[in-house]
Amino acid sequence: MNPPPSPLLELHDVHVSFTAGKHARSGAPIARAVDGVDLSVDRGEIVALVGESGCGKTTLARAILGLEQPGRGQIRFDGEALPTSSKGLRAYRRRAQMVFQDPTGALNPRQTIYESVAEGLRIHKIDGDEEELVAGALSRSGLRPPEQFFLRYPHEISGGQRQRVVIAGAMALEPALLVADEPVASLDASVRGEILRLMLGLVEQTNIAMLVVTHDLGLAWNIADRVAVMYLGRIVEVGPTEQVLDTPKHPYTEALLSVVPETKRMEQQILQGEPPDPTRVPAGCRFHPRCPALANGEAARLGIAARCESEDPQPISVGPNHAAACHRNTASPAEPPGTAHGT
Amino acid sequence: MSTVEAAGTRGGVGPILSVRDLHVSYETREGPVPAVRGISFDLGPGETLGIAGESGCGKSSMAAAVLRLLPPEAVVSGEVRLDGEDVFAMTPGRLRAVRWTEAAIIFQGAMHALNPVWKVKHQIGEAIELHDPKVAGKTRTRVDELLEQVGLPARRAEAYPHQLSGGQRQRVMIAMALACRPRLLIADEPTTALDVMVQAQVLALLAELQTDLGLAMVFITHDLSVLTSCCRELAIMYAGRIVERGPSHQVFVDPRHPYTRALAAAFPTVGDPRFRKAPLGLPGDPPDPRARPGGCPFTPRCPDAQSECSAEEPNLRVAGPGREAACVLVGRTR
Repeated sequence: MNPPPSPLLELHDVHVSFTAGKHARSGAPIARAVDGVDLSVDRGEIVALVGESGCGKTTLARAILGLEQPGRGQIRFDGEALPTSSKGLRAYRRRAQMVFQDPTGALNPRQTIYESVAEGLRIHKIDGDEEELVAGALSRSGLRPPEQFFLRYPHEISGGQRQRVVIAGAMALEPALLVADEPVASLDASVRGEILRLMLGLVEQTNIAMLVVTHDLGLAWNIADRVAVMYLGRIVEVGPTEQVLDTPKHPYTEALLSVVPETKRMEQQILQGEPPDPTRVPAGCRFHPRCPALANGEAARLGIAARCESEDPQPISVGPNHAAACHRNTASPAEPPGTAHGT
Repeated sequence: MSTVEAAGTRGGVGPILSVRDLHVSYETREGPVPAVRGISFDLGPGETLGIAGESGCGKSSMAAAVLRLLPPEAVVSGEVRLDGEDVFAMTPGRLRAVRWTEAAIIFQGAMHALNPVWKVKHQIGEAIELHDPKVAGKTRTRVDELLEQVGLPARRAEAYPHQLSGGQRQRVMIAMALACRPRLLIADEPTTALDVMVQAQVLALLAELQTDLGLAMVFITHDLSVLTSCCRELAIMYAGRIVERGPSHQVFVDPRHPYTRALAAAFPTVGDPRFRKAPLGLPGDPPDPRARPGGCPFTPRCPDAQSECSAEEPNLRVAGPGREAACVLVGRTR
C-alpha cells in the first residue's frame, strides 16, 4: 500500500495576532486571535470548526484564504506553503473559495445572476464557453433550468436561491477547497437543510475539501466528517463527529453540547460571563476561569486543579483520530501521563 | 390557551391577552399585501406561548399589532384585549401607559434599541419616571434592583451601551421591559443575534423571571427548538395564519401539520443517527405574500398534498387533546 498522500490543507502551529487600534503604542494589548492551531482538511472531507464568536474561527478562516498573514506557524495547501506574492495568491484563491454567511451582502444588487457567476470566471480567465460554464454551475447548485435565472437580479430571488448563486459562483472555478463561514445562519430553517444537502452532494461529486465555520453543532452533526472545537484561539478538541459530539473529552465541548436546545440528555452547563478576551489569554489552561470541571471540584478530586491553573494543556490522543487538550485526560490512573502523548 | 369566547373581565381571572380574528395588511403601490390573516388566541396570567414561523409568516406583524406599534401603512382589523380592555379603542395616552405597565415588548437587536449617548441608568430610569411617579426620587434604587434582577452588577448603570456586550445589552433591554412591572412580556426574537452560550444565559434568565414574577409571555422566534425549552404552549404560523398549536413538547416531537413536521426536522437532534449526514429541509421557498396560491398556502411545498388541498384553505381542527392543526389530513390515517 502506498503511504497516504498528505492532506489537502495542513496547519501547523498557526498564530495570528492583532494590535488594538491603529495608533497602538508599544505595550498596547495584543489580541492573540489564533494562538497555535494545528488542523488538517482532506479531499472529500467536511470539517466543522465550531466555537463562540470571538474564539478566532473567522480569523483562522481568513488566514487559510491568505487574507491574514500568520505571525508564526505554517499553512500548507496541496503540500506547499501558501504563496505570498500577489500573483501566487491570485492563483491560490481560484483553488480555495469562500462562501459567507449573508448571501445578500455577497452579491452585487445591480448585477444579474449571470454576471455574478461569470465574474469569477473572467477574473481567473477560465477557458471554455462562458455561458455553458455559468449554466453548469447554476444547475449543479440546484438552480434549474439555469437559463431562467440568467437575467434575474438578487432581489428577485429568495434567500436560499441567493446562497445557491454564491455557491455556484465559487464552484464554477472548480476549487479544491471551499471555506464556508456560517453558510446557513441567515437562512430560514426549512431552507437550511436544502443548502446543507447541496453542500454534501458537492463534496460527493467533486471530492472537494470543505471547512465549515459555525457555532451550530446541529449543522456539524448534519454534514461534518470531523469537528474541531475552538476556544480562545486554540483547537481544544478535534476528532470524528460521532466521537466529539457523542463522547466529548473536553469540558468546553461538553458545555457547548449541553446548551443545544435539542439535546435533552445532559444537564445544562451554562458558562457564566462573556466570551473571553483574546488580549488577556489566561495562564495555565485558557479555559480554566470558566471550566465547570474546575468549578465543581472534579479537577480537585482528580488532583489536577493546580495544573489547570498553571500548565497549558497540550492536545493528547483520547481515541482514534480524536484529541483533546485537557488535563483531565491525563489524570486517569488507567492512562498514566506520558503514554498517550502526541496527536 | 383556548379558543373559547373571550370573557375577560378587568382585573379578574380572564385572559391577560385575548386576540380575536386579527388581520394585518400593508398598503403598497401594488395594492394591499396581507401579512396576518385571522389569528385568535387567549393567554392567561403566567402562561407562556411560543410562536414559531419563518420570515414573512406574519409573526412580527402580529406582535406589533398587539401593542399598536405598526407603521401607518398597516391596516388592522379584529380585536385585541389586554386584561379585558380593547387595545384598538384606547386613546394615545392610555396606550402609552399600557405599553409599559401592562405589557412590554423586547425586540431583536438590542444594540439598535438603546440610545447610544445615554447611560444605562438614564434609559431605564426614564421609563420608570414617566410611568411610575410613585417611585420618583427613588429611581436609582429601582434601577439597581432591576439590574440585579437581570443578573447585571449595579455599577453597570453607569455604562454606555457601547461599553456592554451583546448579551449585557439584551439584559438591559429586559430590565427596561420589567421597569413598570408589566404582567405580559412579548419577546420578538430576543436571542437571535446572540451567541449560543449567551443565548442560553438569556433564555435561562427569561425562564426564571417568568416563574418569579408570574409573567405571561409571548415568545416569538424562527427557532422552534428554543421555544420547546421555554414555552408551555406552541403555535406554528405559516403564511399569516396559525397552522398548528398545542403543548410545545408534543408539537415538536409529534407534529400533526406537514409544515410543522418539516420545520421540526430542520432542527437536528445532535446524537440522533437519523440526522447524521442527513440534513432535512423543505423544497421550495416560503410563500410570497403578494402572490399567495389559492387553497392551503402550504400545498406547493407539501409532501402530503392531496388534490383537494388547492381548492380550499383548511381551518384549525381538533388534532388530539389540547391540540389543533389546519390540515385536511388531520384525523385521517396516513
